[in-house]
Amino acid sequence: MAGFSMRPCGDFRTTYRQDTRIYDTTYIRNAAILGILAVAMIPFVLDGYYVNLFIQISYFAIAALGLNILVGFTGQISLGHAAFFGFGAFASAWINNTTGIPVLLSIPLAGLMTAAVGMLFGLPAARIKGLYLAIATLAAQFILEDFFARAEWFTGGSYGAAANPINVFGYEILDDFSFFYVSLFFLVLMYLLGTNLMRTRDGRAFVAVRDHYLSAEIMGINLTKYRLMSFAISSFYAGVGGAMYGHYLGFVSAEGFTILLSIQFLGMIIIGGLGSVKGTLMGTVFMVLLPEVMESGVSALSVFEWASSTAVTDGLAYIKEMAIGLAIILFLIFEPDGLAHRWQQIRAYWKLYPFSY
Amino acid sequence: MNFELLFQLLLNGLIVGTLYGVVAMCFVLIYKSTQIVNFAQGEFLLIGAWVCYAFLVEMSMPFWLGFLFTLLFMMAFGIILQMVVLRPMIGEPIISVIMVTIGLSIFFQAATKWIFGATTATYPQVFETRSINLLGMQIETAYIMSFVISLFIMAGFYWFFKYSKLGLAMRATAFDQQVAQSLGISVKTVFAMSWAISALVSGIAGIVIGMVNGVSSALSVIGIKVFPAVILGGLDSIVGAIVGGVIIGLLENTAEFVDGQYLNWGNLFSIAPFYVLIIILCIKPYGLFGTKDIERI
Repeated sequence: MAGFSMRPCGDFRTTYRQDTRIYDTTYIRNAAILGILAVAMIPFVLDGYYVNLFIQISYFAIAALGLNILVGFTGQISLGHAAFFGFGAFASAWINNTTGIPVLLSIPLAGLMTAAVGMLFGLPAARIKGLYLAIATLAAQFILEDFFARAEWFTGGSYGAAANPINVFGYEILDDFSFFYVSLFFLVLMYLLGTNLMRTRDGRAFVAVRDHYLSAEIMGINLTKYRLMSFAISSFYAGVGGAMYGHYLGFVSAEGFTILLSIQFLGMIIIGGLGSVKGTLMGTVFMVLLPEVMESGVSALSVFEWASSTAVTDGLAYIKEMAIGLAIILFLIFEPDGLAHRWQQIRAYWKLYPFSY
Repeated sequence: MNFELLFQLLLNGLIVGTLYGVVAMCFVLIYKSTQIVNFAQGEFLLIGAWVCYAFLVEMSMPFWLGFLFTLLFMMAFGIILQMVVLRPMIGEPIISVIMVTIGLSIFFQAATKWIFGATTATYPQVFETRSINLLGMQIETAYIMSFVISLFIMAGFYWFFKYSKLGLAMRATAFDQQVAQSLGISVKTVFAMSWAISALVSGIAGIVIGMVNGVSSALSVIGIKVFPAVILGGLDSIVGAIVGGVIIGLLENTAEFVDGQYLNWGNLFSIAPFYVLIIILCIKPYGLFGTKDIERI
C-alpha cells in the first residue's frame, strides 16, 4: 500500500495505540491544523462568492460523510440520502419554530430526529442487503418526499417552512461572513467525530460487516445492530447537514430534496473514494465546483459562436446535469477508488521521486 | 360506490400493468443474464420514444418506416452501451454497477431534455378512431393497441427463450456462466444481445406509451415504477415480472379510486407502489417467484 511506504524512516510503531492515531505523523497533523487555519482566512482574502461556495461545500460534505459511513464503511447502499438531508432541514426549523429551542441546539436535535427516521427505514436492512436495500431506500426517498409535500404541520406543505438564523450567545448570524465560521466549526467537528468513529470498536465492526458480513457475524458481530447503527449515524450526519442548509437559506421548500440530490451525494463519495474520510471532502469539493466551473467555462467560451448559441446557453442546466452523470460514470470506469487514491499516488510519486519503485 | 368508475380504472390498470410487465421483463432480462441492475431502464423508453418522434415528425417518415428505424437504433444503442460502459464493470462491486446505471440514467435524462426540450410532444395520429366502445365502456384505441402489443411481446419472449438458439444460449449463461462458456457459448455476445433486446423492447414500450400520453421526460418514471413490480414478482423471474407489473398497475388504479372517492389525499396512486415495495421487502424479500439465494462462506 502507498500508505505504508509513505512513512518516514525510523517511525516504528510499538503499540496499537500508536497504530490507530488519526494522523499518521506529526507533520500531517500540523499540516491539517495549518490547512484549517488557512481556510479560516478565506473570508478576509477572497470575496463573497467563494465564501458562499465554502458554506455549500461544508453542509454537503457533512451529509456526504454520513453517506460514506453507511456506504463506504459499512457496505450498505442508500439511494435516499437527500430525503434524510431534507428531513433534517425541516426538523430543525420545526423544533426551533414550535418549541423555541435555540437553533444551535436544534441542529443536533434535528440530527437525532433524522437518525430515528433513518433507523425506521433502515429496519429492512436487518434482513436484506445490496441491491434489495438500494431499492428499499429508493422507496424511502419517494415516501419521504411525499411526506414533505403532505405534512403541513411539519413542513408547511407546498409553502415550505421558514428557518430562523443561527443565534450564538445572543449574536445573530445573518451574513455569509459569520456563517462561514459556524459552518467551518461544524465541518471540523463532524469530520473529527467521523474519523474517530472509525478507530473505535464500532467503526471496526462496520468495516468487518462491509468486508464479509457472514464472517463478521461468525466473529460475534451483531449484524442487525451494526447495520441499524450505521443507518442511524448516517442519517444523523444527513440531518445535521440538512439543518445547516435550512438555517443558512432561512427557508426550506419541499422541492429541493429529490432523487437527483441523492445521486449527487452518492457521486460525491464515489468520486472522492468509498471508505475514505478525506476523500469525502475532496469529492464534495469536486461535485460543488463542477457546475460552477462549467458555467464559467461556457461563459469563457462564449467568444465562439457555437458556445453563445441559444442551444448552449438555454441548455446549461441540462449540460450540468449531464456532466454529473458523466463524471460518475467516468470515475467508476477509470478511477474506481476515487480522488483519495489518486491523491495517494501523487504524494507517493513526489515522495519517492525519482526512484518510484 | 361508483362501480362503473372502478371497473374502468381496473381495466386501465390491467392495460398499464401489462406495459409495466413488459418493461419489468426487460429489466429482469438484463439482471438475469448479466447480473446488472439497470436503473436506466426508464431512459430506454424515453430514448426510444424520442428517437421515433424525431423520425416521424422531424424527418416526416411514414409510421412503419420510422418504427423500424427506431428498433434498429435501439438495438445498436443497447449493444454500444453494453460494450462501452458496462463491459468494464464486470466483476466490480454491486455499488459501482448500480451507480454506473444511475449515472447513465441522469445523463440520458438530461441529454434528451437538452436535445428535444422539456415539453410534451405528441405523435401524429396513427389511428382513425380515438376510442371504441367495449361492453359499454369507452376505451382508447391506443390502449387496445398497447395491450395487444404487450401480449405480442410476451409471446415473443416466450418463443425466444423456449425455442431460439440465442434464447437458449442466454438461459444457459444465466444459469451458469462458466459452464456456458465451456460449451462454446460466447458470453460476450450474450451480454451484448441481452442489452440490445432489452433496449429494443423498452423502446417499443416507450413508443406505445408515448402514443397514449405524449412523449416527455415523464416516461422515465416508468423505469422507477418497475422496481415495485420486479421486487413483487421476484428479481430473476420473467413470469414474476409480468405478474408483478399487472399487480402494480391494478394496485395503482385501485389506489386512485380509493383516493378519489374517500381519502382525497391527491397523489396516493403514485406513492402506493412504494409502500407495497417496503412491505414486501420486509416480509418476503425474494418476491413471489424469485429464487432465494443461499450463501456460503
